[in-house]
Amino acid sequence: MKGLVTVRRSIATVSLVIAATAAAGAGEIRVAQKEKSFSIKEVSVKVNDAILFVNEDSVTHNVYSVSKGMEFEIRTQQPGQSDTIKFAREGEAEVQCAIHPKMKLRVTVKP
Amino acid sequence: MRRRATLAVVVGGLALLGTAAAGAFPADVASQAAAPDVLKTKYQRPSAIPFPSDNGYTKEREALGRMLFFDPRLSGSNFISCASCHNPAFSWGDALPRAIGHGMKELGRRSPTILNAAWSETLFWDGRARSLEEQALGPVKSPGEMNQDLEQLIYKLGRIPGYVQLFRVAYPGEGLTIPNVAKAIATFERTVVSGIAPFDQWIAGNETAISAQAKWGFLLFNTKARCAVCHQGWNFTDGSFHDIGLPTTDPGRGELLPKLVRMKHAFKTPTLRNVDRRGPYMHDGSVKTLAEVVEVYDVGGVPRESRSLEIKRLGLTAEEKDALVAFMKTLTSADAPIALPELPR
Repeated sequence: MKGLVTVRRSIATVSLVIAATAAAGAGEIRVAQKEKSFSIKEVSVKVNDAILFVNEDSVTHNVYSVSKGMEFEIRTQQPGQSDTIKFAREGEAEVQCAIHPKMKLRVTVKP
Repeated sequence: MRRRATLAVVVGGLALLGTAAAGAFPADVASQAAAPDVLKTKYQRPSAIPFPSDNGYTKEREALGRMLFFDPRLSGSNFISCASCHNPAFSWGDALPRAIGHGMKELGRRSPTILNAAWSETLFWDGRARSLEEQALGPVKSPGEMNQDLEQLIYKLGRIPGYVQLFRVAYPGEGLTIPNVAKAIATFERTVVSGIAPFDQWIAGNETAISAQAKWGFLLFNTKARCAVCHQGWNFTDGSFHDIGLPTTDPGRGELLPKLVRMKHAFKTPTLRNVDRRGPYMHDGSVKTLAEVVEVYDVGGVPRESRSLEIKRLGLTAEEKDALVAFMKTLTSADAPIALPELPR
């Protein structure tokens, strides 16, 4: 959306998720969704860093942010699926799951 | 370790269900009576009501909020109170398919119960309020509901000396303000908690508190019937939003999040506490009985792009459906009647 973030989808089996995790190098942070929670509540990244969102749950999730200038949406993620979000602009994003609003993650993007 | 234990529960539960489906129920149901202990630990009641740090509990706030909740002078007509739709005699609902607002006009959605609202992450069927404080004045000022201008409300309450004094005591240094009307109502609402039901007694160890059929229903609820995917934990909701496939044109949460496909026709998962006293069901009151609710989920509703991926055809037998209803009936508490407050004049 608006070229500020990019979404890369990988339809992953459990083994592929592990592979993706192993591949997550510098500038990519892994955030798991498990038991209807994000594995971390706050994270600080640099401009052009990415977050790998992995659905480790047995239910579907729908990660998104409507924070101004930081909007993005991962379409429905079924169990085992993972997606990468690249943050291209400085700012703060309140990330939630649209289905489970108790799931919250604050992403701070620094220069 | 925990993951392994949970898995064992599910497998064990399905094995028991298999026995019953083969025709052994109800003669063999005694063997199913002991629901796995691990599963039961997920349904323990909380020990305390959560209150926010910027609106902590005091007796004075609760008492003031109770008065405001039952006071029809919070409406433009001076005739509708919060309790008109959230009636304690109907488990804090109104027993109508859709709420009736200002001028006796029917609204689009059913009045939700306020039972256990203290644990809600979002309020309203579409989750548009993030706290009870944010929610409480929504219906008051809505032209279709209580139709009360808020500035006018402060003027009206300010002419009732009893209220002015009560606000001074409840919110020292602030007194009667629009935010404090919301805060007092929210404080009272948080104290409205469903009482101990037979289900809770069973969870606490009383094996005779619920029937063998209801125990089987509890297992089904957590396994084949998939209810606990969303109706999870002691309050029987995880606060999640789903389009469950009802034939509705109401956009639901999609109105707030129009770009998110799955939020179209999505509504908040309601609590199931005291549910057998709170029909008709669903956001629009379109389903009359719990047995019919189970039928709706068994079929899985209207297939469409927005429908939740958790909704699947269940293939429940008649006996399994009966057991689910029997289980849900154990969630009703025999609470003491609510005393109405005397309102200041």
